[in-house]
Amino acid sequence: MLNKFPLWKNSLILIAALFAFVYASPNYFPADAAIQLSGQSGSMIIDEDVLKKMEKTLENSEISFFGGETDGQTAIVRIEDRDSQLRAKEVIQAEMGGDYVVALNLAPTTPNWLNSLGGKPMKLGLDLSGGVHFLLEVDLNSAIELQLEGTLNEIKAILREEKIRYRSFEIVDNQIVGKFRDEEQVQTARNIIRTNFVDIQSVNSPRQNQLLLTYVLNDTTISTIEDSAIKQNLTSLRNRVNELGVSEPIVSRQGKNRIVVELPGVQDTAEAKRIIGKTANLEFRLESKSRIGDRFNFRNEQAQSNALLEKNAVITGENVTDARASFDENGRPQVNITLDSKGGWQMGYATRDNIGRRLGVLFIEYKTKLEKSVSEKGDIELISVPYVEKNIISLATIQAQLGKQFRITGLDGQRESSELALLLRAGALAAPMYIVEERTIGPSLGADNIELGVKSVSLGLALVLMFMVIIYKAFGIAANIALSMNLLLLVAFMSIIGATLTLPGIAGIVLTVGMAVDANVLIFSRIREELKQGASVQLAIDSGYNRAFVSILDANITTLIVALILFLIGSGPVQGFAVTLSIGILTSMFTSIIMTRGIVNFVVGGRKIDRLWI
Amino acid sequence: MKFRGYALVFSTAMLVISVWSLATKGLVLGLDFSGGTQIEVGYDEPVNVSLVREELESVGFENPVVVHFGAETEVLIRLQGQPDQELAQEILAVLKSKDANVDLRRIDFVGPQIGEELREDGGLGMLTALIIVMIYVAIRFQLKFSIGAVLALAHDVIITLGLFSLGRLEFDLTVLAAILAVVGYSLNDTIVVSDRIRENFRKIRNVPAVDVINESLSQTLWRTINTSLTTFLVLLALFFFGGELIHNFSIALMIGVGIGTYSSIYVAASLMLALNIDRNDLVEVEEGELVDDLP
Repeated sequence: MLNKFPLWKNSLILIAALFAFVYASPNYFPADAAIQLSGQSGSMIIDEDVLKKMEKTLENSEISFFGGETDGQTAIVRIEDRDSQLRAKEVIQAEMGGDYVVALNLAPTTPNWLNSLGGKPMKLGLDLSGGVHFLLEVDLNSAIELQLEGTLNEIKAILREEKIRYRSFEIVDNQIVGKFRDEEQVQTARNIIRTNFVDIQSVNSPRQNQLLLTYVLNDTTISTIEDSAIKQNLTSLRNRVNELGVSEPIVSRQGKNRIVVELPGVQDTAEAKRIIGKTANLEFRLESKSRIGDRFNFRNEQAQSNALLEKNAVITGENVTDARASFDENGRPQVNITLDSKGGWQMGYATRDNIGRRLGVLFIEYKTKLEKSVSEKGDIELISVPYVEKNIISLATIQAQLGKQFRITGLDGQRESSELALLLRAGALAAPMYIVEERTIGPSLGADNIELGVKSVSLGLALVLMFMVIIYKAFGIAANIALSMNLLLLVAFMSIIGATLTLPGIAGIVLTVGMAVDANVLIFSRIREELKQGASVQLAIDSGYNRAFVSILDANITTLIVALILFLIGSGPVQGFAVTLSIGILTSMFTSIIMTRGIVNFVVGGRKIDRLWI
Repeated sequence: MKFRGYALVFSTAMLVISVWSLATKGLVLGLDFSGGTQIEVGYDEPVNVSLVREELESVGFENPVVVHFGAETEVLIRLQGQPDQELAQEILAVLKSKDANVDLRRIDFVGPQIGEELREDGGLGMLTALIIVMIYVAIRFQLKFSIGAVLALAHDVIITLGLFSLGRLEFDLTVLAAILAVVGYSLNDTIVVSDRIRENFRKIRNVPAVDVINESLSQTLWRTINTSLTTFLVLLALFFFGGELIHNFSIALMIGVGIGTYSSIYVAASLMLALNIDRNDLVEVEEGELVDDLP
């Protein structure tokens, strides 16, 4: 028999090789330091004019730049000298003001012809290439205030129930202060509060007015609130970053009230910055029937400019379990909202009795604005000042009882609706937080360690290649060509799907190299066995490949199963490992079975030979 | 298979030691898992972070993370331990001994990179993976093979973890990745050997199971050794020339690959024998001759 591949198999091998070369090549071009700018709100248009303004600012500050681009939503300018990147960001932010998000970025330098083919470089993780570092400060005071308000309302409710009359009960300087008319009432109120509320403690002094009751949250309660606020914010932030599709980020707590977010290299950092810094929430409030309530402005132009809503919300964004952006019948953006059972019940209860009244949707945004001030030295400093914006996005008459699912409209465009949906989906923040610092951060492994790593992996590979040639001679060379192609293919696929390479990913690569070698070792040992049993050369090759194929397939499929499960269940670095491993298994099966066979067939397949160099 | 008895003793002893060490000493968790202290310092001149790392290591701080932070003169250091003034002063003193123009910008506690959910997910994921692999092997091969393969896998992972605990080596994210790779490697090895056993059971008749397995093991021995050797070559290169930071990573892989090779030869096959595997488990009952329904 003669071992020959049909034309289509040979073409497939060539096409795969070409594909590997083309799509792995963007990784040869190092990324540029860059500044990325986008609008504070998703609906802002970033056009050539904005880009020109950015470039002008850089010119004025004598920072050399090149390659400015904009796509209507975001603009990017490359900075020639890496060290002036931070200053470039500062001057641009100062010039453009608080309406824009300006972020540090790394821009790929893939040549145009590769770009047009969809080629892009592989993303490197924080450990290998560094990235952008954000420090966020959680406003714990507002979490404590929220808890105080809750407790205050509960106290009022219970006193009302017990028919105890008080003059007033309110929050003054983080203290709950109650005023009464006579001492008997004070005494009973004090007893009731003592038995019902364990998380507050009395701070009355004997000398103060006997008609006053003063409480503060006790220390353990405060630290529990702070702890859970940080934890909830951490979780929401992780969800948000994951929803954005940023791969392999770090989100961790720092100090008492801060959270660090680190995002690896080439990513849409401006978008990430906008999302992680954004704290948006919804409140649903009925329109007030009397004159008591809070007055809010409408966000968009309406027949009336503001409306009076009741003080208490029916439900808030915390009751939202799912939110998806879509379009209504008229093509306007909307967000479909699903509530949890408690929220659904509250919504149903509130709307059932109020058909005909209007229900307002209040959009709450915690923002920071940059204020310019002149420091003592005369430099212009930018200080970020947090503020809260509450606007009505819709006020509609309740037609029927609402349930767990409904939709809201009145948003400013598709980007805004998807942003709101993302924020609601990722979970409410327990307390607002603000970005207090932004820096680039170097690779955590260190440049020299990466160099050592690359060197040692190359050395290891070289040893493997030599080993294969020594043991399997000519066949070893075929296996080596396949092995190198395997690495190229792996890099090409990872670049195309936008996977991030980290050190754990490299572990995956080392493993797939091992498995690719293993496949060839299996095949070649089989061929040797067949030859030993006296099979003819061509027959030995054929049955060697066929018999080994079953083992290789079983072994690889089992490993693939493990990789897939790790991907589905794991997160972050474990997922990165799983992705590299899965792709590596598939490419290595292709190269070590089909490609080596192709080479072997090409060299010895069509001829009569008596012995093999194996 | 001659050494089956020794293997049993060896594996049991290793398992007992590993479990005991994991239970009493636990793992030395790395910064990724435990969190620690973060210190920001500023220099007057651009500074080489690897020199800073070496300085810190030379006075006994283990595996500090040192990176440039915003500019080449600013350095961020993360290491284990509670953030207090003492630690800050100690570090500052170390850094000052090399370059006097350095000052402390900030010291802070930094939480673990890995959320609690990953730890839980990780354990759950491993368990699910094991069960599904068991099902797959049971379908493709046979239940006794699948028990052998999965127990061999658990054996490899537990011993690798145990040795890490025993040797007080730091367990960080890279080591976690190495352990996952060991899982893949060990499975691959065991399946290849099992495949040969299956083939031989079908081919060779009227021979005791132990001989069939023995024959299969010696047939695949060269392949097993060659594959392990090539992988070891890469790992040795990583270990000796890969630098400080992937030391533990390569140690974990070397232990795992070593144990994995051993277990695919001795553990998996011995377990199958212990389960009384024989030809009937693998050769499907030959289909009876087709009886023509038609008259």
